[in-house]
Amino acid sequence: MNRRRFALTLATSVVALALVVAIAVTIGPAGISLAEVTRSIAGHLGLPGGGGVPLLTDSIVWQLRLPRVLTAGAVGAGLALSGVVMQSITRNPLADPYLLGLSSGASLGAVAVLILGVGFALPAAAFLGALAALVATLSIARVGGTITPGRAVLSGLAIAQLAAAGTSFVIFWSAKGDSYREILNWLLGSVAGASWTSVGIAAAALAIVGTGLVLASTRLDAFVFGDTAAASLGINVNATRWALLAAVALLTGAMVSVSGSIGFVGLILPHLVRGLAGPGHLRLLPLAAVAGAAFLITADTLARTVFDPRELPVGIVTAFIGVPVFIALIKGRKSASWA
Amino acid sequence: MGVTITGLSLSIDGRTILENVSAAVPAGAVIGLLGPNGAGKSTLLRLIAGIAKPDAGAVLLDNVAVGSLPRREAARRIALLEQNAAPSVDLSAHDVVLLGRIPHRSRVLGGFGGDDDREVVAEALHAVGVGDLADRLWHTLSGGQQQRVQIARAIAQHPSLLLLDEPTNHLDVSAQLSLLSLVRQQVRARGLTAIAALHDLNLAAAYCDHLLLLDAGRLVAAGTPDEVLRPSVIAAVYGVDCDVIPHPRGGHPVIVFSPAGREAERAESFRGPS
Repeated sequence: MNRRRFALTLATSVVALALVVAIAVTIGPAGISLAEVTRSIAGHLGLPGGGGVPLLTDSIVWQLRLPRVLTAGAVGAGLALSGVVMQSITRNPLADPYLLGLSSGASLGAVAVLILGVGFALPAAAFLGALAALVATLSIARVGGTITPGRAVLSGLAIAQLAAAGTSFVIFWSAKGDSYREILNWLLGSVAGASWTSVGIAAAALAIVGTGLVLASTRLDAFVFGDTAAASLGINVNATRWALLAAVALLTGAMVSVSGSIGFVGLILPHLVRGLAGPGHLRLLPLAAVAGAAFLITADTLARTVFDPRELPVGIVTAFIGVPVFIALIKGRKSASWA
Repeated sequence: MGVTITGLSLSIDGRTILENVSAAVPAGAVIGLLGPNGAGKSTLLRLIAGIAKPDAGAVLLDNVAVGSLPRREAARRIALLEQNAAPSVDLSAHDVVLLGRIPHRSRVLGGFGGDDDREVVAEALHAVGVGDLADRLWHTLSGGQQQRVQIARAIAQHPSLLLLDEPTNHLDVSAQLSLLSLVRQQVRARGLTAIAALHDLNLAAAYCDHLLLLDAGRLVAAGTPDEVLRPSVIAAVYGVDCDVIPHPRGGHPVIVFSPAGREAERAESFRGPS
């Protein structure tokens, strides 16, 4: 993909994302038109053409639906970026924050803070949980200095199960009436409780870590033939790898602290977007972020409308879409060497 | 000038991999690095590349200690072709060669995103004879073509030292010969020095100006193919019986192995049924 085609693709996909956001806000039990949505948003941003929307409609748009849609978008973008970086750094097509246990670790960290009242801010605790899970997964998977993709996924599974059990235990221990729903939301992921605070946390993490990752795209490119090749291309392999993995843990932690652990976004989006953007991270990362945002907003819109008035945790929808892609990835692999 | 190795030693987990290896390698030559499996060839290449650190000793490239160079500086001078390299995602030949530009480009915006190095990439692909394969995906290339693309990547890196770890592995005879003659030709044309770990003694004798022979982590012989490839040396290192004769056309040494067990078999058949 040359420079001009990339610029055009990125611009088109950003416009498409804006449209997805606006349309997602119109969808719901209370019928709200696209015009009302734009007028309400414009009014709050102080743009011309804003205002003149009934008070109830305005507060549904601004207080309920928009924060939820934007949170879903930022979380989807963050998880897709995390997946791209993990797949490149570990050279593992199955690497993603959910399969390798980071999301569950982050959930456990977040829940521990919420319920036990440990003195950390929520995203910081989720970050520490994600980082601990990542370190545990990679050290279990490592045999004689190398980590095969299959072993990484198996170790991730073990860590994810442990952290999920820990999360459920902590919630049960402090049981209240709605514990089941709370457990489900952390384990399967949900943005139903999104507020402007969640938008702020997710968007800030996305902007800061995402910028850092884009600036590291050359280094990510250099890992395509492995650690030795990266070193021979002038990369400080160990420092770079740990910095990037810490960045992924930070990003995943922030996302999980507002949404619980949502699976498969980080796994499938990188593969789908790589087909379009090519292997270069400078182009892959921004496009994956936009696609991840659009994907999770769409999934969450389905989750809250298909069985209306009941609402599904969004992780159920991403699993229904993601698992078939996961199976196709396993089946489509030509070599058996990674298992 | 060239490469000077002084007293390199390395042990990993108490096992000695290399022990006090010293050698001087002439600039502008193709050097063969020989030795049985586990002799320390790959490790020595990694130490020369500055990717691994020795316990003792140093590698000087044109009188500069490789170990003291920042990684990026080392990468501008030394290119390494690994054994059995395979990318983790589908790459075109063009993308692979573009990787070689990373040490020369901006740290931030220099990866596959670079469109400015198209000429360097095209020239390198053309130089190794696969100019028409630029858009082909890596996994659709033959083993010989993949190695040529890797050499193009190394050329695009503009090094003064080219390190190759068993570049002829898994190639058929014709691809082995044409690959090593390509290495020779590029070394001559670009004034490089190349060090290639090789298994095949006859290939080494045919294509290398100078040989280093490792055995169990120690340098046991160094010099021209005629000096190194003597029956007594080969018998001591590899434990095989052989004769060395001059090539009928090239004059370089040819090693003719005496297959173990076959002589006894033949002696028996001469005796005939009793």
